[in-house]
Amino acid sequence: MRAGAIIGGVLALAVVLGATGTLLVAVLWPPAIALAPPGQAAFDAARIVRGAQLASIGNCNVCHTRRDGRPYAGGRPIATPFGTVYSSNITPDPETGIGGWSEAAFVRAMREGVSRDGHHLYPAFPYDHMTKMRDADIRAVYAFVMTRRPMRGSMPPNALAFPFNHRPLVAVWKLLFLDRGALKQDPGRGAEWNEGAYLVEGLGHCGACHTPRNALGAERTKEAFAGGSSDGWVAPALDAASPTPVPWDAEGLYRYLRGNAQSLHGVAAGPMAPVASNLADVPDADLRAIATYAASLAGIPRHERQVDAERALAQGRGSAGSRDETSDGAAIYAGACAQCHGGAGREPLIPALDLALSSVLRLPRPDNALHILRQGIAPVDDAAGPFMPPFAGVLTGAQTIALLDYVRSHFAGRPSWAGLAQAVRAGQKDRIEANGRIGNARRQP
Amino acid sequence: MMTLNVNGMARQVDSEPDTPLLYVLRNELALNGAKFGCGLGQCGACTVLLDGAPVFSCLVPISVLQERRVTTLEGLGTPQEPAPLQRAFIEEQAAQCGYCIAGMMLRAHALLEINRDPDDAEIRRQLQPNLCRCGTHMRIVRAVQRAARLMRSPADDGAAKN
Amino acid sequence: MRTSGVPLSRRALLASGGALIVDFALAPHAASQTAPAATAPLPGSLKTTPMLDAWIGITADGGISVFTGKAELGQGITSALIEIAARQLCVAPAAVNLVTADTDRTPNEGYTAGSQSMQDSGTAILHAAAQAREIVIGLAAARLARPAGDLKADGGAVWGPDGERLSYGELVAGNALHVQAQPAAASRLMPASATRGLALPRVDIPAKVTGQSAYVHDMRPSGMVHARVVRPPSYGARLLDVDVGAIERMPGVKKIVRDGSFLAVIADREFRAVKAMEALAASARWQEHATMPDRADFYAWLKQQPADVITIRDDKAPADIAVRRLEAEYLRPHQMHGSIGPSCALAWYTDGRLTVWSHAQGMFPLRSALAELLHLPIDKVRCIHVEGAGCYGHNGADDAAADAAFLAVSYPGAPVRVQWMRDQEHRWEPFGPGMVMRASAALDAQGSIVAWDYGVWTDTHSTRPGGAGNTLVGRHIAASFAPPPPSPGSQPAGYGDRNIIPLYRIKNLHLVYNFVPHQRLRVSALRGLGAYANVFAIESFMDELAAAAAVDPVQFRLRHLEDPRAQAVIALAAKEFQWRAEAKPATGRGQGFAFAKYKNLAAYCAVAVDLEVEHETGRIRLLRAVAAVDSGEAVSPDGIKNQIEGGIVQSASWTLNEAVDFDDVRIKSRDWSTYPIMRFADVFDSIDVHVIDRPQQPFLGTGEASQGPTAAAIANAIASATGRRIRELPFTRARVKTAIGV
Repeated sequence: MRAGAIIGGVLALAVVLGATGTLLVAVLWPPAIALAPPGQAAFDAARIVRGAQLASIGNCNVCHTRRDGRPYAGGRPIATPFGTVYSSNITPDPETGIGGWSEAAFVRAMREGVSRDGHHLYPAFPYDHMTKMRDADIRAVYAFVMTRRPMRGSMPPNALAFPFNHRPLVAVWKLLFLDRGALKQDPGRGAEWNEGAYLVEGLGHCGACHTPRNALGAERTKEAFAGGSSDGWVAPALDAASPTPVPWDAEGLYRYLRGNAQSLHGVAAGPMAPVASNLADVPDADLRAIATYAASLAGIPRHERQVDAERALAQGRGSAGSRDETSDGAAIYAGACAQCHGGAGREPLIPALDLALSSVLRLPRPDNALHILRQGIAPVDDAAGPFMPPFAGVLTGAQTIALLDYVRSHFAGRPSWAGLAQAVRAGQKDRIEANGRIGNARRQP
Repeated sequence: MMTLNVNGMARQVDSEPDTPLLYVLRNELALNGAKFGCGLGQCGACTVLLDGAPVFSCLVPISVLQERRVTTLEGLGTPQEPAPLQRAFIEEQAAQCGYCIAGMMLRAHALLEINRDPDDAEIRRQLQPNLCRCGTHMRIVRAVQRAARLMRSPADDGAAKN
Repeated sequence: MRTSGVPLSRRALLASGGALIVDFALAPHAASQTAPAATAPLPGSLKTTPMLDAWIGITADGGISVFTGKAELGQGITSALIEIAARQLCVAPAAVNLVTADTDRTPNEGYTAGSQSMQDSGTAILHAAAQAREIVIGLAAARLARPAGDLKADGGAVWGPDGERLSYGELVAGNALHVQAQPAAASRLMPASATRGLALPRVDIPAKVTGQSAYVHDMRPSGMVHARVVRPPSYGARLLDVDVGAIERMPGVKKIVRDGSFLAVIADREFRAVKAMEALAASARWQEHATMPDRADFYAWLKQQPADVITIRDDKAPADIAVRRLEAEYLRPHQMHGSIGPSCALAWYTDGRLTVWSHAQGMFPLRSALAELLHLPIDKVRCIHVEGAGCYGHNGADDAAADAAFLAVSYPGAPVRVQWMRDQEHRWEPFGPGMVMRASAALDAQGSIVAWDYGVWTDTHSTRPGGAGNTLVGRHIAASFAPPPPSPGSQPAGYGDRNIIPLYRIKNLHLVYNFVPHQRLRVSALRGLGAYANVFAIESFMDELAAAAAVDPVQFRLRHLEDPRAQAVIALAAKEFQWRAEAKPATGRGQGFAFAKYKNLAAYCAVAVDLEVEHETGRIRLLRAVAAVDSGEAVSPDGIKNQIEGGIVQSASWTLNEAVDFDDVRIKSRDWSTYPIMRFADVFDSIDVHVIDRPQQPFLGTGEASQGPTAAAIANAIASATGRRIRELPFTRARVKTAIGV
């Protein structure tokens, strides 16, 4: 009898272990989904149009466009703290793209970060956000990508440090950090706000840049929108720590996201430039919703912030670069900046941003200020739009430091950035940058 | 008063420190190369080299120019001894009105200093900040290619082949 | 042939006939006459300036000057004219000093415009120089007592068979050249140079690439002062008040001039003038009001305005039955010259005389306008042309000259330099007008066009000459001058109706020019005038008809043409381009073709384009352009190529990028960021121009010949690539993307 109990117990354990093992296997190594290319005429025109709009909101083209400019053909390197990951070809090319993917495979990739053939996708692809999308929206994006022009383009192998190059470990990451399930609506807020939350938290994946990440590269959800980084630029905090002197409101953010100059905030620059370019044509309702939600992230401005805003607005551009200021930085400002930004007795015909209202000068790091000073600001592909010329090569390192110290102090009332000198030195090594190229010339290698 | 290093020579100027280099070059130093096109850093007609890097001289206040080397078109070569770029632009007849050409040549010069064998795409990328309204772009690219050839094989310079 | 040793007049020499054998190229306008009729018209601008010494001057030391009323605009005309004169005078080009438009010194040839320079001035100089040479040879013959036929001109001298040499300077004395020109048939023309076909080096390029003085902007006469104008913020603005006190005390400020709504500052240094201008502008208060229509509605608005309906052609003829009808409307916005160098002028008023240096296109009309503006006798005003940046028509140059002249009279004794700022040039230059073109046609069963109905709606395309009322200062001062009433122009050259007449053989032709002088935006001549838009429309429509007839677009054009020179440029362009050599081009790629004879009077030009449409963005990647051009006798084939190529690139920029932006009060296109033009990344990968040389044929104006065909070739290539026909210029990314859909 005892032997039977033991055997029974061992068998039971074996079954449990087997089940767990199977589960483990299924988690670490998900099954493939059979190849099932959709038929040519499979898609409803309206759905494709909606998919295109959603793809713009999701900025798919930013990561998935090949460096030679071919749209969605992948192969773009994405730098992470763990090494470089290359984006996938999401054109319907049957061999190098996703031409053979069924809708189910696509949905699984978006919700769970699993490729058609079962391998885990690195979360450089922000499926931790895509997972919140509605079925209908994922299907619309599917309709859109599957009707793009097929382009051949394979990805180089990812260059990740051990053990991160071991894909099954991503399963563990997902267990810890992938929060499946729809976004909960907030019944206390209106429909537009909730729709904005859905777009921002989901497809828009704004937190992917604007939220800080932990040591394993996952967003710190408890510090959502407390600021992050992208491509060597600071992605400013959008929460109560927002550095903008004048808090964002929905109308201002709406115009900013459409790519227009904002007298109270400036223009979308750096990695936000393609975002604004993509958002230029999305339906009004979507962009209003996004702006409403994003503007609300900072909460009601505290009293100190309101006082600060009033002070910034009252400061006026005319105060800068006056003859009373004797620093080198003030003199540089007077000679190089005042002609557009005002001050030093100059009266620009079409004034550029009043730097008292600049958020860039109030960021914790000087990176954005340096990028903008060197490269200027130009619309994507030199289209019409707000423009600042590049100053690369104009100032020496010491002059750059003096100028930035001055504008940070005079306009933002903040002390010199820590690490400014190193950042300036690092930037000057790039001789090509010094050629002051602007825009985004199409013929890239 | 201030001393500027322009084309290798020390030049005294007495314009106010916030005066853009462009006006000082043209008015005090009577140098014609750099030209006023917009004063906004959008067209490149005013391009000069500052320590070898192309900048818009309409945006550079002379106050930042202590110990910096300014190179203008006149510093590349003279009518009697033209530089390869100048020869190339003449040989290719790479000008219509010619107003943009000085800026083009200086920006091209900066490229040729680091790359003696650029392809057309690289030349176009380098010249993207400079505008030409007459439509001389093709000849400008050809002239830069020709200058690169001249610079690569100085022994070949002499016969202007057509 | 012995003579009495007395210098014979050229007329007498010719009348003695016989010994002169005309074995050289015939004059372009010649019939085969041996004795010139006294009443035969003189060639080119000799019609209006018949005295030879108005064109050719030879000093005692042998210095040769050639005078032209035309101006160098960057099109290389000075080099071409020097070549013509040098060839006919048998001297090296370097020996010729060309004097361009100067009201004190050169013939009055009106404007350098309309691609007329070679036809007008080139032809005049060709004959004047040839006839002058013959006079000099005749003088030598008399002195050497030899037959003229035994003598030869070379290197600035006349040579006898035994090595006798008499320099031009020795021969020409006093009024030897002060004779009337003879008709073309009487000219003994030197044949084309043995080096024809090779590049004729431009005489001005070496100076420009080495920084020597070349432009009016480079002039620095001693004592020169710098001026800046503060222009109103909008067309209808009126200056209410401005506090000049503080600004007068700014460093270097010499004078502030305020007259009505005209406001300007003069300073000792340029940057001081700029800063004072900024301060003045900030202090000035203006009253503005809405003067312009809603831009979004402009074309519909244009067609609703009162129009002067001018029927250009109304041909009716029996034709085969129409089996297919097509109709289309094409749209072209206001576009600007956008010269890289904003306008500049220098003026000096001293001892009651005003001298103005300007890059405007017409020094004589400018002189009249300035005399009127300043109430000066015309002989007290001298206008001298000095090069500016690229001039593509009536830009701000005349206004800058008027500004400088007005300020010079306010500040006599010193040369006053006015430099326009970028936003001033953008906002105040006269634009090329917005236009609507409607075409409808019928095809018979064989696919031939049996009826063609076309209408164009447009403002005037030239507000020149306009006198003082056509200058900004003239309109803004208190005692202002009225702007000239806008003119519709007239055929054959035409304004908005330029190139409205298709060169194709069409029996039933109804062409209407709806002249709408609304003048809401300031407009005037922009390179090509109405031809750019009319050719764009006609050549787009030809492709639409070809498609309806299921005929290849090149074949369709050839079938409807009778002019062999037109057929030749089309065939050459198609051949060199390898037109539609592949049966099935790659996805997104398309080829397009277009042709026109500029003004139906000037050069023939066919353009073929290969491009790619980026589906996701609507962006056009221009790949290849191939053009063929027939400009008559090609004095400077390289100059022709330069102009055609430049025109292709400029037209591509207009066609893909450009539309002046405005709201009901202000022009909003104020700099390159608000009015982007094509940069290097977007220019064609390659452009090839093939010149058909027609020796002895009249020179045909070339500078504007490629703009219209390029626009249509691009439109046709986009249609070929995408199956979508876009009829509204410019083909911005957004417009293309909308047309091709998701």
